[in-house]
Amino acid sequence: MHDYLVFDHLTKRYGALKAVDDVSLSIEQGSIFSLLGPSGCGKTTLLRMIAGFEKPDSGRILLNGRDITQLPPNQRQVNTIFQNYALFPHLSVCENIAFGLKVTGHRKADIERETLRMLELVQLERHADSKVTELSGGQKQRTAIARALIKKPNILLLDEPLAALDLKLRQRMLMELDLLHDEIGITFLYVTHDQSEAMSLSDKIAVMNEGHIEQVGTPSQIYEAPCSSFVAAFIGDTNFFDGAVIEVKDSEYCTVRIGGFGDVLCYNDKKLRVGNPVHLSIRPEKFAISRNLPEQRKGRNVLSVTVDDIVYLGTHTKYWVLLNDYRVEINQQHMRYQLDQIPIKHNEQVWLYWNADDGYMLERYCEDDEEMVFQPPEEIGDNPEPTEQHNEEE
Amino acid sequence: MKRSIIPLTVTLLTLLFFYIPIILLVAQSFNASRYSGAWTGFTLEWYARLFRDRNIWMALRNSLAIGLGATTLSMVFGTTAALALDRYRSRLQRTHYILIYMPLVIPDILMGMCLLLFFVSLGMKLGLLTIFLAHVTFCISYVAMVVLARLQDFDHSLVEAARDLGATRRQAATRVLLPLLAPGILSGGLLAFTLSIDDFVISFFVAGPGATTLPIYIYSMIKHGAPPVINALSTILLFITFALIITAQMLTWKKEKTT
Repeated sequence: MHDYLVFDHLTKRYGALKAVDDVSLSIEQGSIFSLLGPSGCGKTTLLRMIAGFEKPDSGRILLNGRDITQLPPNQRQVNTIFQNYALFPHLSVCENIAFGLKVTGHRKADIERETLRMLELVQLERHADSKVTELSGGQKQRTAIARALIKKPNILLLDEPLAALDLKLRQRMLMELDLLHDEIGITFLYVTHDQSEAMSLSDKIAVMNEGHIEQVGTPSQIYEAPCSSFVAAFIGDTNFFDGAVIEVKDSEYCTVRIGGFGDVLCYNDKKLRVGNPVHLSIRPEKFAISRNLPEQRKGRNVLSVTVDDIVYLGTHTKYWVLLNDYRVEINQQHMRYQLDQIPIKHNEQVWLYWNADDGYMLERYCEDDEEMVFQPPEEIGDNPEPTEQHNEEE
Repeated sequence: MKRSIIPLTVTLLTLLFFYIPIILLVAQSFNASRYSGAWTGFTLEWYARLFRDRNIWMALRNSLAIGLGATTLSMVFGTTAALALDRYRSRLQRTHYILIYMPLVIPDILMGMCLLLFFVSLGMKLGLLTIFLAHVTFCISYVAMVVLARLQDFDHSLVEAARDLGATRRQAATRVLLPLLAPGILSGGLLAFTLSIDDFVISFFVAGPGATTLPIYIYSMIKHGAPPVINALSTILLFITFALIITAQMLTWKKEKTT
């Protein structure tokens, strides 16, 4: 697979604000590539530059080896699914789909044939003559897809296409999009702020923050090996710990002293030495708690903590436990025998344990991300003022 | 509890206050008495006289020609002004907005005087052309404001979508932007037309000899004492207006019923 769409040092400013800051990226043909980030991170600006609605201040965009940076939108072989679909309200479903071929002067017979084929592809044959204002959310979405695909684009750009749909419909459309991609095989560039959408759909994800790309990788790379605290916090939940290496055990493990938490064993993939600062991220599902002291195993960390909050979620239970200033989030799977057991209660003293391999040392740590990291369940919890993990507020 | 009759009474009195003058006018147009007042018998003579009066038809023709011309021109300029105001945002645009908005709030009498001074200083001969130009100046503002209001609700991603699907700038404008703005442009035009047909003050200032619009002619008829003919004319205009309003209402009602 060769690089199909290439961003070469793209920068776009709005006044003093750099919406896109020196972004270089390449996307393989036929893949589903997601740009993921919070609102205002520049992902939509990047998409609009590919579509041709914005001109970059510097840098180039290459599509299949051809520089398309200066081409107007109508001369690019890319088509967009807009966030609000942008269906033409004065045209019927059929006319909306046919629009792209009509303006480029195709023969009437071709337009009719292609429109029918598209209606079939998105299963809207019965609504061909409906007004677009009469369609449901999912049907509007499909009309927008058909309208874009009839142009046979090299790349389909999707700008938060599911944001306007309710949860159930969103999950169904996500599957439909995936099937559609398998069927037509063109490159999808998917822009979203929803990490679960990006994770379930994409071959590769680029996480964006404040105009630059934090990390590019497969969904599992991004989740399991985030390269910064921003990525770790944005993709799923995590617990952060600050400390320093006090002892290097062997080629693989080291002991990290986390002030106010304890000395914990860590997998030392970054080859840190004694004295190096460590930013450790441990996902909630990597932790486990139990009332009885778990058996000692090699590489297992065990600490005594107090249960602060419990939220039962059906598939699993969320616990928040306290150890001095640290408030640690835990997702615990239910065991088969749990119903027979006496459940763990609030304020109970329990054992917290995890494997040294499950902690992940971060290369970069962003102080600004603190607020994203921790979201205590303020409405649900017994404790009206949950203790922050890192107390920065004065 | 007994319902108060006060709201009903007030409503009826208000409506009577609105419509008694109109009823009186319609009745007087069939009154044989020349100097209105006492009813002396039913007649259609005023209507007959009205249809014989060539000058009235001339004035009506002038009014319609000016109205249609000014409306058409102001629909073009007003729409382009609104598009520019909506699209570009800068300090200059705010000045532009104020300049476009101004003619709506300047008193007609001031506007008329200014235009008269302007035309005279240019050495233009006062006539139909000067009335036409004067009407265009205020009609543009009305159209621009109505279209601008429409544009504020307009989803600009529709134009982008059209461009994305291969439309040129011109195609995006003619196939998407204009069809969607058409109701706004039309209602702006309709407003401009009614204002133009109705305008007396500004027209009076810039009209020249021989160039008379209907409102000016009606005024001069009253001056020279032919009220019964005017009553007849007003009655006809009244019924035409009613007919138009009822048709429009029926059309929208029908549309609402089908959707």
